[in-house]
Formats: sequence, structure tokens, C-alpha cells
Amino acid sequence: MSQIIDVAHLNYRYPQQSADDLTLKDISFSVAAGEWVAIVGHNGSGKSTLAKNLNGLLAPASGTITVDGEVLSEDTVWNIRKKIGMVFQNPDNQFVGATVADDVAFGLENQGVPRDEMLARVAAALKQVNMSDFATREPARLSGGQKQRVALAGMIAAQPQILILDEATSMLDPRGRAEVLQTIQAMKVAGNLTVLSITHDIDEAASANRVLVVNDGELKEEGTPAEIFRHGPELIKMGLDMPYAERLKAALKRQGVQVPADYLTEKGMADWLWQLSSNK
Amino acid sequence: MAIEFKQVDFTYQPGTPFETKALADINVTIPTGSYTALIGHTGSGKSTLLQHLNALLKPTSGTVLIGDREITPATSNKDLKSLRRKVGIVFQFPESQLFEETVAKDIAFGPQNFGVSEADALKTAADMLDLVGLPATLLDRSPFDLSGGQMRRVAIAGVLAMQPQVLVLDEPTAGLDPQGRLDMMEMFAQLRHDQDLTVVLVTHQMDDVANYADHVIVMDQGRVVKTGTPRDVFQDPEWLLKHQLGLPKTTAFARQLVQKGLHFDQLPLTEDELAADLVAQLPASAFGGGSTDDE
Amino acid sequence: MMNKLIFGRYIPGDSLIHHMDPRAKLLLSFYFIGIIFIANNWQTYIVLFAFTLLAIMLSGVKWSFFINGVKPLIWLILFTVLLQVLFSASGGHVYFHWGIITISQLGLINGVYIFCRFVLIIFMSTLLTLTTPPLELSDAIEYILMPLKAVKFPVYEVALMLSIALRFVPTLMDETEKIMNAQRARGVDFGEGNIFQQMRAIVPLLIPLFVSSFNRAEDLATAMEARGYQGGEGRSKFRILKWQSRDTWATLSFVALTVVLVFLRG
Repeated sequence: MSQIIDVAHLNYRYPQQSADDLTLKDISFSVAAGEWVAIVGHNGSGKSTLAKNLNGLLAPASGTITVDGEVLSEDTVWNIRKKIGMVFQNPDNQFVGATVADDVAFGLENQGVPRDEMLARVAAALKQVNMSDFATREPARLSGGQKQRVALAGMIAAQPQILILDEATSMLDPRGRAEVLQTIQAMKVAGNLTVLSITHDIDEAASANRVLVVNDGELKEEGTPAEIFRHGPELIKMGLDMPYAERLKAALKRQGVQVPADYLTEKGMADWLWQLSSNK
Repeated sequence: MAIEFKQVDFTYQPGTPFETKALADINVTIPTGSYTALIGHTGSGKSTLLQHLNALLKPTSGTVLIGDREITPATSNKDLKSLRRKVGIVFQFPESQLFEETVAKDIAFGPQNFGVSEADALKTAADMLDLVGLPATLLDRSPFDLSGGQMRRVAIAGVLAMQPQVLVLDEPTAGLDPQGRLDMMEMFAQLRHDQDLTVVLVTHQMDDVANYADHVIVMDQGRVVKTGTPRDVFQDPEWLLKHQLGLPKTTAFARQLVQKGLHFDQLPLTEDELAADLVAQLPASAFGGGSTDDE
Repeated sequence: MMNKLIFGRYIPGDSLIHHMDPRAKLLLSFYFIGIIFIANNWQTYIVLFAFTLLAIMLSGVKWSFFINGVKPLIWLILFTVLLQVLFSASGGHVYFHWGIITISQLGLINGVYIFCRFVLIIFMSTLLTLTTPPLELSDAIEYILMPLKAVKFPVYEVALMLSIALRFVPTLMDETEKIMNAQRARGVDFGEGNIFQQMRAIVPLLIPLFVSSFNRAEDLATAMEARGYQGGEGRSKFRILKWQSRDTWATLSFVALTVVLVFLRG
């Protein structure tokens, strides 16, 4: 598999920081085309800063970022932004258009896409996120989850190769969260999309192929969700919710029950418990 | 201090083309000393009900009894202050209400509005900052220099500084990371215990309801559709789904086990409860020294 | 909580007037204000009123909205009319004279005409805002300003600014209400006490509102940049306005009105 994102020795400091005080310290990783990578870490760990470096919204102090074979620089930044779609945390603050359709079209307008093609792409994108009936609505009349789906439609219409989600579900109610996650999963299946999701949400992290743990600006660990989820109660310190099976395991342990050390999905946990109890 | 709703209706912009009925025939009591969870999906009327708890809104018809104060449609807007001091509301994303130059002044703002002297209010501010688990070194800092989690704690301290008898929390953990959420919920439990508060929690997190609340009010379409203990409310999963509400993770998981053939007298609400129920059903061989490794 | 304030008081509808091109509506409204000054006798004013009332009927919007449009301005109108009646050049029969004050027949007639002009202008501009969503108006302004591009006026940027401002009006209204509630819960009385106390009460509202607006602006700028926004050049347009036959007909009816007015004026 080809690497669509390659980050090598990335350092970043905010303008007000002193020279030896870095928000991101020597971060290196790559992402394969079509992969879904979750980036986790507690608030203030630097994960959003990392995401904003990837499409040049912030400029690294040192290190190289390569996206789809192009090294990120002042000359390539606009081309790279075409390849990366980004959905942010606050549903209101990224809604540019005065209506749903206008907002979906915003990215296309920036690229100078001809209007006829734009109309078709906007309509198709809205259909894909199930928001066609809302095309002429104003954002004030939408729920948070609906606004985030509109943001995703904006991404679908712009057809990027990479989708970065910067805590895109964290301000939503459980229903909105589930709808948005479903939409992302469907987008992933529909196109050969690479997804990078910055999240605290265990369901979102579990959807990923790989999880990167960032803490204090450093890449501390990476592994499959199963490998990372084995940490049990430690996960909370890493900025991730505990998967339910791990919570139950911890509770059983407190009761003196011997539990498997490996990560179990909820279904796996249910099977294990059933088996155990039928041995009685 | 108890709060009681008697046949309360509320309509936004009555008599205009934009008239919307938000509450209908609300009869409900929030008992003194309870930890009441107010649940319902977005748009069910929770926020409107919440604004009646300290008379930010007055009923269109009916009566709200806050302690011994009666609020009716005819109640004058003056003289509501004493009541607002008794019922403190922490709104969603309360950090957006900070405005003073220093943390101390911001926390002292509420008490001063209720006639406390500046010196006394600043002294209270120092105590409150400690109560919400922040160091005294922050007192003279600008609230806008703090991290998001710290700002929220300062805002909560600003409400606690009024020394309310009822503390209303509107999704107090929204936007925090898991550690922050856990710390925040533990802090409220502690506060309730130490300050002898009645707590009203508006939330979408059913696990928080299961872990902390002792009384639940369920709303749907502007009506109260159920009240009871968490155990009562969560025993009927189908009914909850019908009202677009979820289950605590444990209860949902226990249902999976029931489908496999395990038995529970009552669906458990927390993982410790489930673990205890399971222990009774597991063979002796399941117990040993800690964890086993399959590999 | 939403929709407490209907910006520009747009009333959705399905009428001929609603469907007109906003450029036509905007330009013809201005044109109408111009030709009102052709009128100088009762015949011409009757024609103007008949024309305006016909337009209002076509829009299907309730009369009360137009009357309400006049109400807030009624004192200003009456004051202007009074000045005209009392101090304008006298002519015809003089009913009353004292110092510089003269009430003459001509003065009274002029007063009535001025009153009519105000009402006509308010009716026509109310018709424009009631039947045209603010967003379409901002589109129309963009088109109308287009010639200014020749002198390097940033037309696209101004238009985008306008549409973003409109889009955020309800968001900031909600925000204001939220912060007001939070501060009222902390014991602030808005709109009570003397001027000094009221000014003080505004501070805990304004500062949080500014802070949140700045944060929103920063987030919005980041989101726009991430979506490839680099200024107006090279952008294509999603919203376009279409001039249709009804707009041509409307324009012709205004030309006809002008001709009639010129014939009837004294």
C-alpha cells in the first residue's frame, strides 16, 4: 500500500512560545491510502495542532510533511488543501454558507468548479448524507448533527482523498454523534477515502484501523484499536473513553474474577461470560 | 429546597405567527436534597423547564413553587433576585459567561449582585476556587488565559459563590475529555455531599444518570412522560427507545446477556452491580489470582 | 428559541412579487422613490397609490405589516408635515398668520403631499424587504456593485462579508440570549435601574459576546482557509440570479407609470 501521508520529525511551536518549548515534539508517522487512523490524547495534548499542520493551517518549526507525494510548502499548500477535507469541532463556526446548499458549494466555488457541475455535485453530496430535503434551509434551523452532516457533504462534494475530523462529534448529542459516525463510515466505503479522526469517542476510535496516542506533544504509542484498548483504566488518562468490555473487566476483577488480558469486543465479552457461566 | 410544578404550560411568543408551545401540563416535583436527572432528547422541552427553575421564564399558565415562593404568570419581574440566589444554574458551556479581569473578580460578581460587600465576596471567591479544585495562584489571573477545563471550573465557582441551595447543571461535561468529565462528575457528587445541595442534572449521558442520580424526570414533546428512580426508568428499554433515549451501557450489555440466556432479577445499571450479579452465576473456577493470559 | 427575530422581516410567500429577481426589485424600488417626485397634484398621487396598492395585493402579504411599517416613523412624518404646513411659502387662502408662522391653503396641500410621499416610500420599501430574503438582497447588491470592480473595489469580498454577517445574525441572537440568561441567573437585572446601572449591566453581556464572536471569527477563518478560500479571484458562483420575463414586465409597468405621471402632472 502506498503512503498518502508521511510526517517526518515534525516540530511545532506557537508564536508566543519560547524556542525550547514545543507543542509538537519530533512526531513521525505515515498513513496508508485508504486507512482510517484515530489520533487520541487528552485536551491540550497537541492533537488538534498536529491536524492543522497537515494541511498547512499552521506552519511547522521543522520537519517535513508529504501528502500524496507532494512535500508541503508555501507553493504546494493550496494544492494539498484540495486533497484534504477537514471537519472541525464546532458545528456553527464552520458553516460558511447562508443556506445548506450554499455551504456545500463553498469549497467548489473556491476551486472555480463550473456551475453546472457544481449543482450536480452539491445535489449528489446532500443526497449521500441524507440532507436533500434541507437544501434551502438556514443553519439556524438545523441541529448540531445535521450541521456536521452538511459539513461532511461539503467534503464529499469537494472530493478530497483525505478526510480529517478534528473532534467532529464531540459537541453533539448521542443521536447526532451516531448519525455523523454512520455517515463517515458510509463515505469511507463509497470512496477510497483516507480518514484521520481526532477523537475521545470510543466508538469512533474503534472504527479505525490504527490508533495513535499523543501526549504532551509526543507520539507515545501506536497500534490497532485492540492493542490500545488493552490498557483498560489507563485509557482515560490517554484521553479516550474506556470501552465497555474493559470497564466490566475491571469491575469483575474487583470481585476476584479471573479475566482475559486481551481486549474483547462487547460481543466477545458476552460470549466469554456465557461460556463461563454455562460451565457451572 | 423543593421545586414543584403545578399544571405548568409555557408558550414562546404567544399570539404571534411564530407561537410555539414548549411545555404542556407539567406536574412534577424536585424533592429537597435529591439528585434529580432531567432527560429527554434534544427539543423535548428540557431547557425551557430548566429556565423555570429560577424564574428566568414564567409559566404561561400554572404555578411553579420554588421553596415557598409562588411563581405564576402574574408574578412581577422585580424582586426575583432572592430566588435566583437560592437556585444557581450552570448553563451549557458556562465558560462563555466569564467577563471580569481576574478570576477572583468574576467569581465574586454573583454575590456582589446580591448585596454582599466586595471584600466578603472576594473572600468567598478564594474559598470557591478551592472548592472546584483549582489552585489559589489562579485568583489574580485573567480567566481568558486559562485552559477550557479551568475556565469551566471558574464559571461553576461563580455560581457556587452565591451559595445556592439548589444547583442546576445543564450538560456540565459537554466538550470535556474523558478524564475531565469524570473529574467534573465526581466534583459535583462531592459538592452535593459537602454543601448539602439539591442537584438537578440535565444530561444525555445515561451512565451519569445511573451512577449519580436518585430521581429521574423524563421529558418528550414538552411533557413529563415519566418520573421515578433510575431503576424504575431503565427497567423498560423498549419504552425508552420509543422516546429516543438510550440505556446505560451496563443495562444495554445486560440485555445482550439476557438474550444469550443469562438471568437477572432486575436489569443492572452500573458495571459493579452487573459484576456482583454475574459473580453469583459464575463457577468457582472463574475466581483466581487476578487476570489470565490466553496466549 | 430560534426565530425570535426575523431579520429584515422576510415573510415567505409564493407570489409574483416574491419570485421577481431581487435586482429588479431593488432597482425598481429606488426608481420608484425617484418618480414619486414627479407627482405634484392629486391625480398623480392617486395613480401612485393605486400602483402601490396593486403591488401589495399581488404580494399577498397582510396589510397590517405595512401599517406596522409606518407606525414607528409616524412622529417623524408628522413633525416633517407640521414644519411644511407652518413654515412653507404661503399661497392661496391664508387661514392663520402669526409671526413667521403661516397656515395657508398651499401649505396644507403640500403637507398632505409630503405625508403621501412618506407613506408611499415606506410601503414600497417594506414590500421589498417583506418579499425578498436578505440573502437575495445581498446577491442583488453584489450584482449592482459589479461595475465598481473596474476601480478595484472588492465586490466579491464585500458580498461574502454581507452574506456571512446575515448567516450569523441568528447565531449571535441565540448567543446573546444565552449569556443574558447566565448573567441574570447571577443576579444581573437587565433593563432596570437608572442609566448608569443599565450601562453597568451591559458589560457582563458585551464582553462575553465579543470574546465569543472573536473565537467564532477565528474558527470560521480557519475553516474557510481549509476549504481553499483565497479571496474572490478565480472563484465560480453557486448562486446566480436569473432575469425573467416577469422582471421585464415589471420594469415596463414602471416605465408606463412614469409616462402616466408625466402626463397627469400639473
